[in-house]
This record gives sequence, structure tokens and C-alpha cells, in this order.
Amino acid sequence: MKKLFAILVVLVVFVGLTGCTNSAKGPKVGIIQLAEHVALDSASEGFIAALEDGGYVDGENITIDLQNAQGEQTNLSTIGDRFVSEKVDLILAVATPAAQSIAGKTSTIPILGTAITDYVDARLALSNEEPGLNVSGTTDMNPIKEQIELLIKLAPETKTVGVIYNSSEDNSILQAKIAKENIEGMGLNYEEVTVTSSNDVQQATQSLVEKCDAIYIPTDNTLATAMPVVHGVVVKSKTPMVCGEESMVREGGLATIGINYYDLGYQTGLMAMEILKDKADISKMPIKSATKFDFAINGNVAEEIGIAIPDDLTEHIIDE
Amino acid sequence: MFEVIKGALSLGLLWGIMTIGVYITYRILSIADLTVEGSITLGAAIAAHAITRGMNPYLGTLLALFGGMAAGFCTGILHTRLKIPALLSGILTMIALYSINLRVMGKANVSLLRMDNVYTVFENLGLEPTWAIITLGAIGVVVIVCLLYWFFGTEIGCAIRATGNNPYMVRAQGINTNSMIILGLVISNGLVSLGGALIAQNQNFSDIGMGTGSIVIGLASVIIGEVLFGKRNFFMRLISLAFGAITYRIIIAFVLKLGMHSNDLKLFTAITVAVALALPMIKDLLNPPKIVIGEGGQDA
Repeated sequence: MKKLFAILVVLVVFVGLTGCTNSAKGPKVGIIQLAEHVALDSASEGFIAALEDGGYVDGENITIDLQNAQGEQTNLSTIGDRFVSEKVDLILAVATPAAQSIAGKTSTIPILGTAITDYVDARLALSNEEPGLNVSGTTDMNPIKEQIELLIKLAPETKTVGVIYNSSEDNSILQAKIAKENIEGMGLNYEEVTVTSSNDVQQATQSLVEKCDAIYIPTDNTLATAMPVVHGVVVKSKTPMVCGEESMVREGGLATIGINYYDLGYQTGLMAMEILKDKADISKMPIKSATKFDFAINGNVAEEIGIAIPDDLTEHIIDE
Repeated sequence: MFEVIKGALSLGLLWGIMTIGVYITYRILSIADLTVEGSITLGAAIAAHAITRGMNPYLGTLLALFGGMAAGFCTGILHTRLKIPALLSGILTMIALYSINLRVMGKANVSLLRMDNVYTVFENLGLEPTWAIITLGAIGVVVIVCLLYWFFGTEIGCAIRATGNNPYMVRAQGINTNSMIILGLVISNGLVSLGGALIAQNQNFSDIGMGTGSIVIGLASVIIGEVLFGKRNFFMRLISLAFGAITYRIIIAFVLKLGMHSNDLKLFTAITVAVALALPMIKDLLNPPKIVIGEGGQDA
């Protein structure tokens, strides 16, 4: 009985605390995000901005509920249960596991995905042209060929290109494979090292800079969080490094031509507008790729490594 | 509101199976076994591999059980035969399993969306998906608890329990404590892996990052179960583990429901769990307990 009393106290406290939420206005949009990290956060922000520009302002005529699983995948399930029970009108799933988790819970609520590379392989859609189910969205497939060309443009004497990525991320494995094809297709040598957590990054980078003249890093969640570490190593060895996306360049990479996750999220937001305003049928909305890519060059890093930026690229130097 | 509780109940039951596994090493053998973080993913990986290749999901889930047992066996050998400290043995197996799991899955994330899984049978009986999970989870927990209750009452089972309490006494009885530790680790990791297989089929994917934080969830569930639902007898303790896991999931559901800034989630989760753990102390302060003579001590 004593225990029962204790449990009741806990539950009552909770119910008391939860009583004061929820004053829903207009359509409800649930955002389910896998983890905190710059790229995923920007995607969510871009999505919300697109809705705002389209006239849906959170708290005024739309309710946006952003939930983050903090990298713990079981939390995705709990967040999903909540969205389904609240009968939200639209769900934005940020990153592959988030989309898979929520797609298993509802086959009726439209789900838009972003920061997902391959919808078909993740069994989220039947095809990229006509998804056929309740999931569509934007893919973050990287312009890898262009990125490697940029690397060669910045460091023309390169003979061997090293690639570093987390071997446990599907997207990274796929990108490394494409990078390998492109690098070898240009008649250059390919070297790779893989890491399993951010703890390995320093040593892995160290071993890689000894074997190659330039480094390419795909859009990898682990490497994205460990860019300052990579930066520390490549600055010492003066190795130029092109990475998969702009936020990685801001965190210490040399340059990229790539996806801007904010724009990608914005693009997803435009798809959301079609669903919310024009009642578009999500099963017929093709999965979209990023339409504009950004150059980004970190001027400070270029100076530290001792690379001269070609004149036609100087306008893309970002100031810290 | 009810949906969320229902979801927490279904997840809690599945995590409950895993929690029972953690309990066997943590409380019965008095070993903190970190193999768990790898073997939960191993179970998911094996089940996903089997299911995507068209195998019967029940068979795949059974294979996951055996896979986890093998992982536990490795940790046991490292610990008892090679004399590596238990914590380190677990970590070694956990690291090794990371590569093995990637090999088993072939990639980092295997989708199980829109495929037949163990819950489909119950859904075909007309149960709504969440109820199908709850039904299977409850059956699983009850069967496992009954089996374990029986097993830990047998001579070997008692020897395992005694090994955790007082290995010197057990060896004096002519029992090989090393074998008992290995057996305990085998059962524990088998259950964890089984739980992993069921969780993967529930969340519709197996992902290499699945095990992250699972040992913390397991231990928190064990302790919440003990604190809230008592330590009356062995059967009740086993059952209380499932309730502990369910309570943990309900706490998380409420924390998420509060709609606070997501950065604060983990801190708030920790505070909530700490409060739950401190409740008996608070109650004792308000209401000092009578001294009871003759009740067994806590198992260390």
C-alpha cells in the first residue's frame, strides 16, 4: 500500500504538470527529430520558416510541436505515439530512424521527411517519383562529384585523396562509395579510414593525413560534431579538406559545395504548404532533391593551411 | 493521453524483457555487464536480417535469443577463463559486437517497415497494433518470469543465485562458480537480445545506434521496479522489473508531453527518476519505519 501511495504521488504530480499545456490553434504539425545537431536543427528551422513565409505562424494560426529524441531511438516511439494520439495534421520527420519509427505508427497522417538520403532503401516510399504511401519529402543526397572537383580545384597537385567517415552511418557508407568511384575515375588514389564514435576522430584523422594530400569528408553526423578536432589535425599537417556541408565548413573545414540544410528544410516546408493549403495528396508528391547548392569557403582555414583561393571563388568566403 | 500511456505500456513490456536480463547480472550475479549495449542491437540485427530474407519472424526472434546467449558466453569466457575483470569483459564484447552487428545487418540501418513481424499474427486476430504489442509483450513477460522462477528454484538456479551472494561459500559446496557466472551471463544476454529483437520489430527498424543508453534504461528500470513495487519475494521481484520498465517509459512519455525545450529532456528525465528513487527516503523521513526483526537483508 505504501508503494501504491508513492506511485500515486508521482502520477498526480505529472498530471498536474501536464494539465497546463495545449492550447491548439489551426492545423497541428508535429516535428520529430532524431537528435540535436546543427544540420538537423537547421532543417527544422528552415521548415518552420517556410510555413511562416506561407502565412502559418506558430501559435497564431498553426500549432507546431517540435520534439527531439535526443539521440535515444526508443524515444522516437514515444513521440510518435503522442503525435498519433493527438491526431496531428502533418508530421515532419528529421533523419531516417525518425521517419521509419513514425511511418510504422500511422498510414494515414501525411509524413514529410528531410535529412533522409534514400527513401526507397529505407522502405519509406515505393519509388522516388511516386512514393505511393503516406511519406514524401526531400533527400539530402550530396553533390559528391562536384565536391571532389572543388577539392582538386583548390589543391591541384593532389595525388591521393583520403576519406574519413563513421562506418555505422548508412548515408556515409553510400557517400564514401560514390566518392571512391569519383576519385578513382579522376585517376587519383583513394584512401579511407573509418571511425565508430567521435572519440576515434583525432587518431583516425592523424593516420589519414600521413597517407594523403587532401581529405574529403561526407555528410556524416559523427564527423560533423567532431569538426574542430579534424580542423586541429589538418591545420598542423596543412592538408586541404573539403566536407559535405556548410556547417562543417563553419566548424573548421576548408570548403564545400553542398546542401544547405536550412534550404532543404525550407523546401520541405513548401511541400507542407501544398498539403496544408491545397490538400495535395502526399502519395503522389515526388521526393525532391535540393535545387540550389552553396559554395562555402572558410577564409581563416585557407590562410592557416596556406591555400590561395582562386579569384572566381573569393566571393564565397564566409567570414567567421 | 490514453494512447500515450498505451504506447508506454507496450514499450515498457518489451523493455521489461530486457530489464529482466539486466537484473540477472546486476542483482543476481552482482556484475555490471556492459555487453547489454551490444547484445540488444545484436538481437535487433539478427531479427532484421532474418525477417528481410523472408524467414518466419518467430524463428528470427528465436535466433536473436541464441545470438545474445552466444554474446553472453563470450563475456563469460573472457571474465572467468581469461580472468579479465567483469566490467572490462563486458566492454570488450560490446565493442566486438559493434562490428559483428554491422556485419549481420550488412549496413547501419535495416528497415522493417511494412513487413510481417511477430506482432502481425495478433493484428490478424483483429487487435489494434498497439494492443497486439501489449498482448505479445505481456505473454512474453509472464512466460519468461515463470520460466525463470522455476529455473532459479532448481539446484543449478540456486547455485547461480548463491554465486552472486557468496562465491566462497558456493565453492566450499563443491560448485564451480565460473560455470555459474557464465550460465548467468548467457541467460541474461539471451533475454536482452530477445528484447532487442522485439523492440526492433516494434519500432520498424534495426539501427546500429539502438543500444546507446540501453544499460542506463535497464538499470533505472530495475531500481524503479524495486523501489516502487517492493522486494517481497523472488517472483514479485521478477514481475516488478516489468513494472519498473513500464514506469520508466511512462515517465519519459510525460517528460516529452510536458513540451519543454528538448535540450532539457535528459536533465529532467534524470531528476524525475531521482525523485522516484528518493520517494521511500522522503516517506521514511515523514514517517519513521518500525524496526523489523527477522527479515532477510538486501542482496548486495
